[in-house]
Amino acid sequence: MTLEDIATHVLDLVGDGAEAEVTARQGTSSLTRFANSFIHQNVGEEATEVSLRVALDGRVASGATTAIDAEPLERFVTRTVETARTQPEDPDWPGLAPPQRIPDGEHYEDDTAAARPDERAARVRSFVDAAPDLRAAGYCETEAYQVTFVNTAGHTASGRATRATLDGIHQTDSSAGSGHSASSALRALDGTAVGGVAAERARRGLNAFDTKPGAYEVVLAPECVASIAIFLAFYGFNAKAHREGASFANVGEAQFDERLSIVDDVTDVRAIGVPFDQDGTPRRRVELVSAGVTTSLAHDRRTAAGAGVESTGHAIPGSEVHGPVPTSLFVAAGDTDVDDLIAAVERGLYVSTFHYCRVLEPKTVVVTGLTRNGTFMIENGRITGAVTNLRFTESFVDALGSGRIAGLGNDARYADSEFGPGLVHAPTVRLRSWNFTGGAAG
Amino acid sequence: MFDYAAAAVDAALAAGAKYADARVVVATVETLNVRNGAVEGVDHTETAGVGVRALIGSSWGFHATAELSSRSTQRAGEQAAAIARASAIVPGPPLELTDVPVSVTTYETPHLEDPATVPLGEKVDLLIGVTETMSAVAGITTATGNLTFWDTNKWFVSSQDHRIHQHLIESGGGFDATAVGESETQRRSYPQSFGQFETGGYEVIRRWDYPGHAQQVAEEAVALLSAPQLEEGEKQLILESSQLALQIHESVGHAIELDRILGWEAAFAGTSHLELPRLNEHRYGSEIMNITADATLPGALGTFGFDDEGTPAQRVDIVRDGLWVGVLSGRDSAAIAGLAPGGMVRGDGFNRLPMVRMTNVGLVPGDSSLDAIVADTQDGVYMSTNRSWSIDDKRLNFQFGCEIGWEVKNGKLGRMVRNPTYTGITPQFWGNMDLLAGGDEWVHWGTPNCGKGQPIQVAHTGHSAAPARFSGVRIGVQA
Repeated sequence: MTLEDIATHVLDLVGDGAEAEVTARQGTSSLTRFANSFIHQNVGEEATEVSLRVALDGRVASGATTAIDAEPLERFVTRTVETARTQPEDPDWPGLAPPQRIPDGEHYEDDTAAARPDERAARVRSFVDAAPDLRAAGYCETEAYQVTFVNTAGHTASGRATRATLDGIHQTDSSAGSGHSASSALRALDGTAVGGVAAERARRGLNAFDTKPGAYEVVLAPECVASIAIFLAFYGFNAKAHREGASFANVGEAQFDERLSIVDDVTDVRAIGVPFDQDGTPRRRVELVSAGVTTSLAHDRRTAAGAGVESTGHAIPGSEVHGPVPTSLFVAAGDTDVDDLIAAVERGLYVSTFHYCRVLEPKTVVVTGLTRNGTFMIENGRITGAVTNLRFTESFVDALGSGRIAGLGNDARYADSEFGPGLVHAPTVRLRSWNFTGGAAG
Repeated sequence: MFDYAAAAVDAALAAGAKYADARVVVATVETLNVRNGAVEGVDHTETAGVGVRALIGSSWGFHATAELSSRSTQRAGEQAAAIARASAIVPGPPLELTDVPVSVTTYETPHLEDPATVPLGEKVDLLIGVTETMSAVAGITTATGNLTFWDTNKWFVSSQDHRIHQHLIESGGGFDATAVGESETQRRSYPQSFGQFETGGYEVIRRWDYPGHAQQVAEEAVALLSAPQLEEGEKQLILESSQLALQIHESVGHAIELDRILGWEAAFAGTSHLELPRLNEHRYGSEIMNITADATLPGALGTFGFDDEGTPAQRVDIVRDGLWVGVLSGRDSAAIAGLAPGGMVRGDGFNRLPMVRMTNVGLVPGDSSLDAIVADTQDGVYMSTNRSWSIDDKRLNFQFGCEIGWEVKNGKLGRMVRNPTYTGITPQFWGNMDLLAGGDEWVHWGTPNCGKGQPIQVAHTGHSAAPARFSGVRIGVQA
């Protein structure tokens, strides 16, 4: 059976008298992992999963299964319907997505979908060989999936996507440096180049010294900016958090530096993903921050109904609990070379990546985390040496506030983030101040 | 189901593997979420499939499929072998597996009340009741409750003739209340910040008496908004046991994972400050620090019969009288280190490669009590219930935030303080543990969300702890 056949069959099993929506997803995912300069874990998986949400007069239940043979699938549908029947009414049930047009375009590459284990291993080989004298670790992953959505309101949507990621570090005995690359196409990943960046950072990281914690001007590499953006998205632009008063976002207010613009746009040619969300709603291009002004929130059908607006198409699995989250974020780049961003800093730090960021206060997005894989002292416009990792405690909202962004790099790319790769496209950013609260010694 | 697993193993061997194993896993997860007295989500997820490991030369391959048929499981075995061959493009040093006893047996989680037999309405009503109680407290903006029940069947077969069926039942949940102020939120939760999860049935939920704690949780959340901020300084720190459990998880549990020590997690989760040549020499903490990894603890979340390599569950000493003496290991990592395998390798569902995971990594209780610790403290702070956690890639530099704190002055609990945080360096922190409560206050806390590996895997781990005191701790770090 095709995915459409499976999804339609499940809808038929639900029968009349119920609102129902079905998402059928079929995919393969393969990940080749390396450490100590050899492949130590190498995995692949293939699965079809069916998700079903049923509403009987506002009584809602949902479920998912990978068992799609006739008998278990029928049992699954019966159980979900019966569960809905026993529930109290959900006062926030927004109803099903009506029929609507899904944007054209897809981010799917046949070569990536058909990638063989030896093709991933070849990228790993190139990454490792970029610095044979160092110890390499990381992964190369390819993922391909197609997804079909149908509901009893007559709406259907189908899409497919691929993603390829190469991410790793090179290590000396006392330092490490990272390199990152993600795309919808495996052929875009250059193991030699990514490994070269990691090796250079590792070598420059030798002889690191402790520096005193405190406020420093910083040049943050795209990985750091990606983590900042995804925290702002999850805790701030999330319309559910906003409705509960737990978000910083005040739509229409200049809450950020005028240099900052963030959009969520799965229709961007560089994006990764399918153009509709878990509710079946088209994922609209949403300007979240425009020239420093908070301009919009991300909605799913549930939050949109509560706010009296249209969904922006940002439902994710579990968003009825956690709220809608934008996952195709683009932080606008500038036109400055990274070297020139550094050259403008009298005394500050260059940070390659953040590590283990956790929120202390969601409303102001105060986050603590550490630097990792290359932190460097900048003096008089030049990197003068490596410093040991530092802990920071900083409000991500305040750090990007008016007058706080001193420069934007022209190097925007998909960057790994605290929540994973392929979510945020971001440049290097120079910030006036960043609050480091501890050094390697505490 | 054994036949499917055996077909996968046979196919991997026929394709050239010198060793292969396979797990058929059929798992269901029931999740209930209630917010402010209304049901937010009732979800029932079932996954079923087989995952196969094949070892060729020094290279592993793993493949998983959700299609359970003779043909597909056989193909999964062949795919695992093909992936192992591709691994040899970037080969590692020779790899052997330590010997383990071959078991043909079954194991089932001891439980009194199968959660599947408890009416859904009863579970939902429990959560509606506690969230309504909390919502009724003036100042509470959000009150949520959740329950989760896992029911997992695993059939494990290896080319060394293991045949093990396990039926694991895990239950848990919790609730929280949030009060929102002008520029911050305050949250209190019960039994701990992520809920409390254990192996066992619905009796786990009944034992924690949710209704009896809802009112206090809500009142504390509101009171925190107007409580004074904890000032920065260096004081004696008393940790409530669930916060101490997370401290153990982060600064001991991950640091003693042998795969991290060997560098296998270097690029993602990180490595460890521990160096294998210093096993049995390195001082981890004070002399009252004794840590075990015990997968046999009745009711604890990291308890099972066999790990996902077929190694029997066991208790291993990790820290004895403050000295580091043990690690968490599997058959390949133990062989490299020259140690006995610890039976600590588990995979998240059928589609994840088993890897070194914590079991129940806990602190053996001492001989004091919380009351006695407070009475002995002249100038300190008592912190309870985790709110945030962050630690570096070597598991040395940590910072934790708790939901609530109280000043301790001259042997007495004083005023409530908000936004309590503390920070430290692992060996110094544990070296300054000077008082530890006893078995009466020892709780097997469960952590249901331990992330590790790529693709990411979530493991269920246990951490037994009783309240303890640490001297000279930096507290009150703010932005």
